[in-house]
Amino acid sequence: MPGTRGPVPVPVQNGDRDLTLQILEAVDENASVKTSETFPNASQTEVKAALDRLASRQMIEYETDDSEEVVLTGEGQQIVDEGSHEFKVWDAVRKAGRMSLKDQALATPSAKVGQGNAFKLKWIKKDGDSLIPLTDSVTDTTREVLQYVAEHRALQNPRDLKDLRKRTLVTTQKIITYDARKGPRWARDIPVEVTDLTADMLADGSWKTANFKPYNFKALGEQSQGVGALHPLNKVREEFRKIFFNLGFTEMPTGRFVDTGFWNFDALFVPQQHPARDMQDTFYVSDPPEAGPPGPDPEADAALNAMEEEDRDEEDSDPPTRPTQQPTKHLDYAQYYANVRATHQDGAFGSIGYRYPYNDAEPRRLVLRTHTTAVSTYCLHRLAANPRPAKYFSIDRVFRNETVDATHLAEFHQVEGVIADYGLTLGGLQGFLRRFFKKMGLVGLKFKPAYNPYTEPSMEVFAYHRGLGKLVEIGNSGMFRPEMLLAMGLPEDLRVYGFGLSLERPTMIKYGVNNIRELLGHKVDLGFIEGNAAVRLDKA
Amino acid sequence: MPTMCSHDGVNKAAFFKAIGKEYTKEEFEDLCFDFGIELDEDTSEDKRPVVDGVEVPAELKIEIGANRYDMLCFEGIAMNLNVFLGRQTMPTYSLKMPADGKIQTVTVKKETEQIRPYFSAAILRNIKFTKERYESFIALQDKLHQNLARQRTLVAIGTHDLDTIKGPFTYEALPPSQISFAPLNQTKTMNAEEMMTFYEKDKHLSRYLPIIRDSPVYPVIYDSNRTVLSMPPIINSNHSKITLDTTNVFIDITATDKTKLELVNHIIVAMFSEYCSEPFTIEPVEIISEHNSQSRRVPDVTPRTMPASAKYINSICGLSAPREELCNLLKRMCFTATPSPTSPDTLDVSIPITRADVLHQADIMEDVAIAYGFNNLPRQLIATTSFVAAQLPIAKLSDIIRDEARASGFVEVMPLILCSRDENYAWLNRPDDHRAITLQNPKTAEYQIVRTSLLPGLLKTLRENKRHPVPMKVFEVSDIAVKDESLERKSRNLRRFAAVWYGKSSGFEMVHGLLDRVMGMLRGAFVTREEGLEDIKGVEEAGKKGGMRYWIEAVEEPTFLPGHAAAIFLRLGAGGDGKEGSPVRIGTFGILHPTVLKHFQLPFPASTLELDVEVFL
Repeated sequence: MPGTRGPVPVPVQNGDRDLTLQILEAVDENASVKTSETFPNASQTEVKAALDRLASRQMIEYETDDSEEVVLTGEGQQIVDEGSHEFKVWDAVRKAGRMSLKDQALATPSAKVGQGNAFKLKWIKKDGDSLIPLTDSVTDTTREVLQYVAEHRALQNPRDLKDLRKRTLVTTQKIITYDARKGPRWARDIPVEVTDLTADMLADGSWKTANFKPYNFKALGEQSQGVGALHPLNKVREEFRKIFFNLGFTEMPTGRFVDTGFWNFDALFVPQQHPARDMQDTFYVSDPPEAGPPGPDPEADAALNAMEEEDRDEEDSDPPTRPTQQPTKHLDYAQYYANVRATHQDGAFGSIGYRYPYNDAEPRRLVLRTHTTAVSTYCLHRLAANPRPAKYFSIDRVFRNETVDATHLAEFHQVEGVIADYGLTLGGLQGFLRRFFKKMGLVGLKFKPAYNPYTEPSMEVFAYHRGLGKLVEIGNSGMFRPEMLLAMGLPEDLRVYGFGLSLERPTMIKYGVNNIRELLGHKVDLGFIEGNAAVRLDKA
Repeated sequence: MPTMCSHDGVNKAAFFKAIGKEYTKEEFEDLCFDFGIELDEDTSEDKRPVVDGVEVPAELKIEIGANRYDMLCFEGIAMNLNVFLGRQTMPTYSLKMPADGKIQTVTVKKETEQIRPYFSAAILRNIKFTKERYESFIALQDKLHQNLARQRTLVAIGTHDLDTIKGPFTYEALPPSQISFAPLNQTKTMNAEEMMTFYEKDKHLSRYLPIIRDSPVYPVIYDSNRTVLSMPPIINSNHSKITLDTTNVFIDITATDKTKLELVNHIIVAMFSEYCSEPFTIEPVEIISEHNSQSRRVPDVTPRTMPASAKYINSICGLSAPREELCNLLKRMCFTATPSPTSPDTLDVSIPITRADVLHQADIMEDVAIAYGFNNLPRQLIATTSFVAAQLPIAKLSDIIRDEARASGFVEVMPLILCSRDENYAWLNRPDDHRAITLQNPKTAEYQIVRTSLLPGLLKTLRENKRHPVPMKVFEVSDIAVKDESLERKSRNLRRFAAVWYGKSSGFEMVHGLLDRVMGMLRGAFVTREEGLEDIKGVEEAGKKGGMRYWIEAVEEPTFLPGHAAAIFLRLGAGGDGKEGSPVRIGTFGILHPTVLKHFQLPFPASTLELDVEVFL
């Protein structure tokens, strides 16, 4: 609570002053003080607050004693005062000698109860349409039992409780009483206290004698207002980036939401009639209307060159940390386009192709990229200028023309990695993925054959999910098809792994988010972002 | 982009009988996993609908790879699994001439070139249908129409009771008014024009009408008595329809794509010739199509041959298996392979008509890996070349800004990149500058364009968080995109930083302070406008002045409250050439105009800041 931790000595609050002082007096005079006896009129909360104030300073100690007491109801008190209902009926009949059943005095509800009881006790009996007494003297047991309750707040015979409660003559209430005595730091008076150490106290030396108010170790600390926070998806993204950097990957320049049919589909050997290219699945762009022919992207090249030059030092005598750069061949984009066209339409590079009439308008259509693989394709083609091993990754937004539901949005993030090297094997990809996912705490990987137009073989990656008790799909992987790589002009023995997963899925599993709209987009709860735990993917 | 196509259920009991074992759910899942298909659903424990007083039998729903047209029906999945399990060998398909030796012919007329030029056919003789087989036969055609044939645009199939029609047949293209017949399940004869109207409201058929509607001629198939067989790709005639009792089936296939034409023919005859009195035989049909050199006898059921290199297969799979072993593995994947007698490394692989998905020896290699078992492959991590990681410069720069914004008490949000045109322009009181990338086919009005500002997403996020205590401080560092005619993609992404302060007072000074903080961390010096415009000559002197300088100037823009908005200008320090950059406007901050707040349904005042990031690279 703001304002309670100033340097000002804290006075004991006025309202409680008397009670606190009274307790100190009582404890000073008696070895043990029972609060319910010593302060019968003080409320239990007041007593507790005063005791705690003293106990937190170890001036006193106390124990709590819970007990139950029996108290009279209004009706019960009336019986104590006037006698039981049956006594009153018997008394009236006795005094009258004979009383008509129609007498007004017998008409009240309590008189009816009393009449019945007096019959049972054989105090009165019916004689025609009147009542007559059967005895001259009676013992009013009910009244006696209740009188005991009034005096002792308990029953002489506890077995009566159920019956009396049912007759609503008594009720029970919980009584908390405290047994207080002197504590290890007993003092007759409450000392003046300070709540915090201040600069003034350091300056005048008063800290040496100051009496510090005890700190409440059972409460939360100051809950700061307005603390900044990063988005959980970006926190998970950051963890993935670190894993990639640890494994020596270079980040790809993915700064283009719009790509062409060529880079997004055709260059990946996705046939032009593939269902993924349907209007139902892909966002097409109407304005601007058409892409230019495939060519170099100077900005992407500049970023890649800058990163690759980063650790090259002419004067450094150490061996280069990257594969040696060979003189760069000119990349012939017209030839690349012709190769792609041929692999689709006529077959080339050892492939019979899809054998359909290639439509040159399709690669010129602009789309919102459906995967970041469009960028990976660009980077792999760039390698053809100087074929060499490479490791690239990216994590960025992709778009699908999905019908939105709890697990699908029109936008999500793809995590993607590619490794180009000589002599790569399928088992090697499995080994790599095992290592990659282990860093996310996922083990026991299994690989399932799958279909993907641009990888062959294609493997879905599964891991055992402890919470669900079964294998769950965690990503996709494969080796890029020769049709795709050879058309780029890469050498036959340079093979390329590709693997990917969404950023949202592992984040949703990790944080138990069931609706993707609560994670990405404007419907996310700011409180969720602020309170989101740090991301430690390797911790279960 | 692994596309799987969902399969209609197959009868569980019949299917397990066909593959020779009552599998438990786990056993069957494991089998599917190893083979690369997926058990999507097993309805045996579900409450199933009751038809005619009997609960429908339990079904297995199996997902298959989108390129495996040979597993679109019960027969195909069962056959592939039986071969994989070694319970049967791949059948050999053969052609069988009719008993009288007279082959059926179809003559293709030149006019068909105008609308649907390619024709193929086949005859299944003495076939025995049961209710299940018949339904599977119809369902397979339906699946092929949807998938491979892209909603009948590329290929359409018609099936006929051969005993109701009489060859030779002709495939023609005629004006719709001249085509007249009673379509399937109708008794009334109508001409093609009437049919187009008749089927306009038909839920199933209406979607195919546009394929031919506007053509001057419609495709049509006649027998020798001018009885119509069908008008592809719309409807068959009622006259020649097949029933459970049909024994001789004539299949017509028309197409705009030659490759898929034969592929469809292959799949249908491969799946259903099993039920002919002589299993796996097909009666061929002679196509006479001189005008486009497509005369031929169909179907050609000869397997393709493709050489595959054992070294290539072994090298990628990480194996060192002799050729014979590779051949044995391939046998389980429906191939017949033998070591080449002439080349020491080659396997001669014979590919059955069912496996059109095989395009390259890479596909054969993958099937070796599947037969061997993906999870049995030697899983060593091959030592790859060592690399040094590198971070994208723009990502590094963005992280610096994100960190400063977070440390200043702002909360990072991630709204969507797609938005409506109004949100991006009108709601911000901005005129449409026609720089936005417009989508052609969005499913909702929420997604019309790619945002050109980060503000709409931030403001929508605040709108959705009304229950959160104020002030709310949010930010985003992300891309917008705009048109750019000079580039191949006619557009470019731009990295932006934007922040909003939203509370009971405007927070104008807060976003101003955030700007100063971020600029300070990027080593920008705050100057007055005059100091900013002043040229500093020479590298040395520019260095003394602190390199990058920024200043702000009041601007009037309808997005902001008058007198409470500022443009941010930046002048980059001298580079290697000793010359300073010219001043550029990099962003704006200000108190949002009350009408903007109203558009976004925000009851409290807000101030925003939006800034280009790439200029700092």
